[in-house]
Amino acid sequence: MTVRLIRSIVGLALTSAILSVIMYRLKSPLAAVFELSVCSGLISVIFVTTVSFTQRISKENLHIRRRERLLRFWYLPVILVVTGLLLAQYLLFPQFVLPMLEPIKELDVRSVLWNSRHLDLLGQVVMLLAGALGVVVLFKESKK
Amino acid sequence: MSQYTMHLFGFFSIFIILLFITGLYCMLLSFNLIRVVIGFEISIKAATLLIILIGYICGRSALAQSIVITLIVIEIVVMVVAGGVALWAFRHNKTIDPRKLTNLKG
Repeated sequence: MTVRLIRSIVGLALTSAILSVIMYRLKSPLAAVFELSVCSGLISVIFVTTVSFTQRISKENLHIRRRERLLRFWYLPVILVVTGLLLAQYLLFPQFVLPMLEPIKELDVRSVLWNSRHLDLLGQVVMLLAGALGVVVLFKESKK
Repeated sequence: MSQYTMHLFGFFSIFIILLFITGLYCMLLSFNLIRVVIGFEISIKAATLLIILIGYICGRSALAQSIVITLIVIEIVVMVVAGGVALWAFRHNKTIDPRKLTNLKG
């Protein structure tokens, strides 16, 4: 079980890395760096640490779980293929046209983040504090 | 909107929808708390890609990047707390199967 979980975590990190490359190609280098360092690096470390605290399940349970998983997940490839076919059809015969957009003068990301969206920064600080408090409460040892 | 951006939007929308469906499926059908959190993460990745794509198409990459940075910070906090909850559940119940977490009353 643990090996499979580690494999899932590596897959997630790879998805993050690919996403950061796409972000870089879409002219968002700062967000790409954040995605690569934080989502691909830090989150993987957090997951691996969490998994390292858990135990492996027995072989009998593993066989039962595998059978259950196959039954539960056989729909997924079918859904993915059907969605892909539907979207490909939509792309071949586009019926909806999005409205024209006026060209907007682009600002620097730093000026947007620090001048226009400074309330977001405040929200980020509050979120970080709330997260730290949540972890402290979760791991608080009860007094006996 | 030019033909190029329309094609770009259509091309990426396939991947965004597939990524979202994969994450949702993982969240709904997995009986392991860590896998549920991974599914949630995959869904957030789809939202992130959509925001960046819209920013690129509309020519507002700076605004999209600032929103994505905020999203990533929130994502980190949610992941850390979710990992803590999974660990807490394992310590108290010796399992991270949500079907067996029946200690909550109310």
